[in-house]
Amino acid sequence: MPDRPSTFFLLWSQTKYQNKIFFRNPMAAFFTLFFPLMIFVVFSLVFGNQEIGYLGVTTAQYYAPSMAVFAAVSATYTNLAVTTAYQRDRGILKRVRGTPLPPAVYLGGKIISAIMIAAMAVLIMMTIGVVFYGVQVYASTLASAAVTFIVGVASFAALGLLIAAVVSSGESATAVTNATLLPLSFFSGVFIVPSDDAPAWLDAVANFFPLKHFVEPFVAAFSPLTVGAGWDWGSLGYMVLWGVIAVVLAIRFFKWEAPVGRGGKSRRRKKDATVT
Amino acid sequence: MAVIEVQGLVKHYGEVEAVCGVDLSIDAGEVFALLGPNGAGKSTIVEILEGHRAKTSGSVSVLGYDPAKAGRSYRERIGIVLQETAVEEQLTVKEAIDVYGSMYPKRRKTGELIELVGLGEKTDSRIKALSGGQRRRLELALGIVGDPELVFLDEPTTGFDPSARRQAWSIVENLTSLGKTVLLTTHYMDEAQYLADRVAVIAKGQIVAEGTPDTLGGRETASTLITFQMSGHSIEGLPSNEVTLSENGRVTVRSMDPTGDLHRITGWAIERGVELAGLSVTRPSLEDIYLELIGEGTDA
Ligand SMILES: Nc1ncnc2c1ncn2[C@@H]1O[C@H](COP(=O)(O)OP(=O)(O)O)[C@@H](O)[C@H]1O
Ligand SMILES: [Mg+2]
Repeated sequence: MPDRPSTFFLLWSQTKYQNKIFFRNPMAAFFTLFFPLMIFVVFSLVFGNQEIGYLGVTTAQYYAPSMAVFAAVSATYTNLAVTTAYQRDRGILKRVRGTPLPPAVYLGGKIISAIMIAAMAVLIMMTIGVVFYGVQVYASTLASAAVTFIVGVASFAALGLLIAAVVSSGESATAVTNATLLPLSFFSGVFIVPSDDAPAWLDAVANFFPLKHFVEPFVAAFSPLTVGAGWDWGSLGYMVLWGVIAVVLAIRFFKWEAPVGRGGKSRRRKKDATVT
Repeated sequence: MAVIEVQGLVKHYGEVEAVCGVDLSIDAGEVFALLGPNGAGKSTIVEILEGHRAKTSGSVSVLGYDPAKAGRSYRERIGIVLQETAVEEQLTVKEAIDVYGSMYPKRRKTGELIELVGLGEKTDSRIKALSGGQRRRLELALGIVGDPELVFLDEPTTGFDPSARRQAWSIVENLTSLGKTVLLTTHYMDEAQYLADRVAVIAKGQIVAEGTPDTLGGRETASTLITFQMSGHSIEGLPSNEVTLSENGRVTVRSMDPTGDLHRITGWAIERGVELAGLSVTRPSLEDIYLELIGEGTDA
């Protein structure tokens, strides 16, 4: 086909329209962009923006990057899983599957859009931290912060699609993502500054899942105590591992059509309304 | 040349035998209707042809492709309107047509398409704000935005009011005039009769009759009914064999030679000075034939 649209053009138009859908969905935009920001502001108020003794950084210096990671993970993991599963329930994925758009381009557009939204959330969070809470940004660790971000959101986007692939409905996607992200955020140093008193098993759980490997190096990149450029190859490699496994499993289990009897009311058009 | 060629198509969902040995051959430029009640297996057949579902057995060829294995180049040539579907509600009508249109090598112009489906006033409305019928028309537009050679329409007008249905029909006529092949499913007899060149009546996963709307189920050779009201007269000597008289004096004559029979009956009546009140001559409607074919016939 000579006039076939180029992959690049398709990817870009898919990304743009996924962005549009996100920003026109006030609930998603609120929970992704403002909810983490609110927590950050509340923590800074409640704990006071002073130095956290044993960490040697201020409350804001810790929570701005940690809540930025939380926002980034919400934008990728939670949002991708939930919107994709709901779109499948409503028959939108099936519609897309019936077009010539290559499935990888459709999902690629979703991933790029999610990463763009994550980047925006992180920028907003860090900017507010810097402007209003005296958060310091260090040139020496910016590169490792950026790479940690990219590897982290890519892995969590893959995990989000994996959840979408294995759940049976949008409701269960919401349940699964919340039931995983929220507890892990507590264990992994997102909401609570990690202490040495935590039981070993909790440490083991946190170390097993990828969230800690995202938060820890990202927060470290904004700590004045970090020496050198802040590269944490172990964490990066571990996130890549999770991401690759998630991609493989997501491709293996992805469904374009909701299981029969699922898909909720929205898919059923009223047949009784017939006028003959 | 046949665009769609199906032989011995079978589809089981676990225990449910949804399609039990269907043969179809549909030529380029034809409008073909699968007519049948809910649960007959229409969507199953259509979705197998679209590549959305896997068949259990049989052979299927569409535009020379096996839809189960076909990919992008097949989907560039077909257009699909699913029975149950949705479009991203956050988009406007124009945005949806643009983004779906951008996926195809050929595409119909957004503005013209919006006019064609009668959504001109809704161009910049969010899909969320459209009525059910308007959404369905948008889905029709999305089904043909890639200027497909072959269009699948699964119950395109279910739930429409009569004027929306007329409009949808004119869209299909527009496709026909462009030489497209259309496979549509419906459970409305009048829709099949109006739109289709050929109709297959399907019940319980099997084709029970196939033909043009006029010949379907032997309609053109079926007996004509001549009925009239008689009061106080005997039907003695009425020149026809198949005469029935109901209790309220309604006479029904089943005729294979309506012209001759009518002549003889009116002659007989004039001779005796009898008035044939409410005289009518009717052919069995497609509906009568259809209900009989799908096994829900009532004695009319
Ligand atoms: N995905 C499915 N799983 C199980 N049974 C199905 C599925 N789809 C359809 N059926 C069953 O197959 C039969 C035919 O359904 P369908 O093809 O949708 O008929 P129609 O479109 O003519 O209403 C029905 O008995 C229906 O319940
Ligand atoms: Mg159906």
